[in-house]
Amino acid sequence: MTLSNYEAAQTEPANVPLTLESGKPVGLLRRGVEVFAENKLALAGVAVIVVFLLFCFIGPLFYHTDQIHTNLLNVTMRPGGAHPLGTDGSGYDQLGRLMVGGQTSLEVGIAAAVLATFFGTLWGAISGYLGGWIDAIMMRIVDGLLAIPALFLLLFLATIVTTSKTILIVVIALVSWLGTARLVRGESLSLRVREYVQAVKVMGGGGTRAVLRHIAPNAVGTIMVNATFQVADAILTVAALGYLGLSIPPPATDWGGMLSTGLQYAAVGYWWLIYPPGIAIVLVVVAFNFIGDAMRDAFEVRLQRR
Amino acid sequence: MTGYLIRRVLQSIVVLFLVTVIVFILLHLLPGGPARAILGTRATPAQIALFNKQNGYDLPWPAQYGVWINQLIRGNFGFSIKLNQSVASLIANRLPKTLVLTVLSTVIAVIVAVPLGVLQAARRNKPSDYVLTGASFIFYSTPTFFLGLLLIIWFAIGLGWFPPEAPQGSTFLQILEDPKGLVLPVATLTLVTVALFSRYARSSIMDNLVEDYVRTARAKGAGEGRVMFKHVLRNALIPIATLLGLSLPGIFSGTLITESVFNYPGMGLLFWNSTQDQDYPVLLGFTLIVGVATVVGSLLADIAYAVLDPRVRYVLT
Repeated sequence: MTLSNYEAAQTEPANVPLTLESGKPVGLLRRGVEVFAENKLALAGVAVIVVFLLFCFIGPLFYHTDQIHTNLLNVTMRPGGAHPLGTDGSGYDQLGRLMVGGQTSLEVGIAAAVLATFFGTLWGAISGYLGGWIDAIMMRIVDGLLAIPALFLLLFLATIVTTSKTILIVVIALVSWLGTARLVRGESLSLRVREYVQAVKVMGGGGTRAVLRHIAPNAVGTIMVNATFQVADAILTVAALGYLGLSIPPPATDWGGMLSTGLQYAAVGYWWLIYPPGIAIVLVVVAFNFIGDAMRDAFEVRLQRR
Repeated sequence: MTGYLIRRVLQSIVVLFLVTVIVFILLHLLPGGPARAILGTRATPAQIALFNKQNGYDLPWPAQYGVWINQLIRGNFGFSIKLNQSVASLIANRLPKTLVLTVLSTVIAVIVAVPLGVLQAARRNKPSDYVLTGASFIFYSTPTFFLGLLLIIWFAIGLGWFPPEAPQGSTFLQILEDPKGLVLPVATLTLVTVALFSRYARSSIMDNLVEDYVRTARAKGAGEGRVMFKHVLRNALIPIATLLGLSLPGIFSGTLITESVFNYPGMGLLFWNSTQDQDYPVLLGFTLIVGVATVVGSLLADIAYAVLDPRVRYVLT
């Protein structure tokens, strides 16, 4: 289910230096900007995410709705009038709910991805740099955790703890750092034997210096690409948990939870309870995947030359 | 080759051991410990003490692990008090049904994804490639349950072509008797998997198209069709074996969702119901079985890879 894990499995570190035709090295930032400017899909992705961030976080400042108290006189009203997207089964305004739910989905998704990337990077970098049997043990632990499907582990953990935003973030991060760890380990294994890292050692530089000043900056591209895919995956995971009823308790909600309640009305055709949250999830996840894809092109010259 | 196989098998054994350790840790993460979790909140201290004594939970941790593993090897995965059935018999009943779903959808996904990948690689950066890439991104980014429900809304409620619910047979042969009911669940899982596989097939074929042997084939006068199907495809398909092994956890997760959407009586649905009932023996047993299935699956995939591709054998030995 996770694209980031496949990335980890198939990526071979690009062994080509970042140079233009003239042979002059370019900064990662400039190269990134160039590729983004050319790649319309990535630009569209950024636009979609900006729009959704504004909609979810700034929108409620202008569009005031009561998302705390249920209103049983106003349940499942068709779109129109005071409720542009109608109301749901508890009488909440659907458009306002889309904003509040989006806040949870985006916050949890992004925070979980950042946490997972951070921990995975640390684990992978240490494992790859130390090598030997420590590396072997650390990577077998990753393999063991990867073998258990994330959703099974998540559901299990969710039965033990009561869910809140923070718990959701930690639990999702707990099952998603594995792909990053594998990827970064591969990267640091290959960077460790590169000439410039060897040169640091010859000149008397210590291990910390080699990792922080030379290995980490060169792995940044890979890590950022992975982090972007992680966000997409995490948002999907939040939605899946919401659907399975393991999201944060009401009156708070997320897009997955909204979909899950809306689906009870699938047979009677209350489309406004189903399509808006569903399409919101798809749009945001597609956007993050487009950006990740473009960033991979930006950082990997090997793919770019095609 | 033999060296590689031995190393790979040993590695899998280590991973299997770690999977059991992880599940063992989960067992002890249970609220109030395993006895409280399994006997329920109304168990008396005496009952808990008896349970702990009988199941070896009063021993030190390593010994507890030993007792537990010993039970597992004998096929004793625990007993579900809530369902009044042993977990092993539940697995025996549910696993084949889940396999029907996963195997069918994975096979169809490979059959559909490979030609799509060929088409995309042959027409790379042309409109048809863009359309298919866009479609695979959209399918990949759609939550499985949303896709399943859209299919239900459109094809079961709207058009009435297929039943909205999966077949409800109690054995797996009864499930197969109702192929119409299988269409939507299998389609859901297939669409998500195709999106991933076709993208992978596309990039794998494109990696191969720039190889020297392709130039040689062209220089010898082979047409594009022959180059693609006789030379490139064979090489490009081998990594799909590894991909299959790697996707197993994802496919199992997808199955869990699909089963709960279509009320398909497989392992995933039972697992989900068990989380609602807090039926921990079932949860632990299923987690373990799925983990073991994944490890064995990836091992088989890697062995297939080594058998199919002589270059791998050469590099790895």
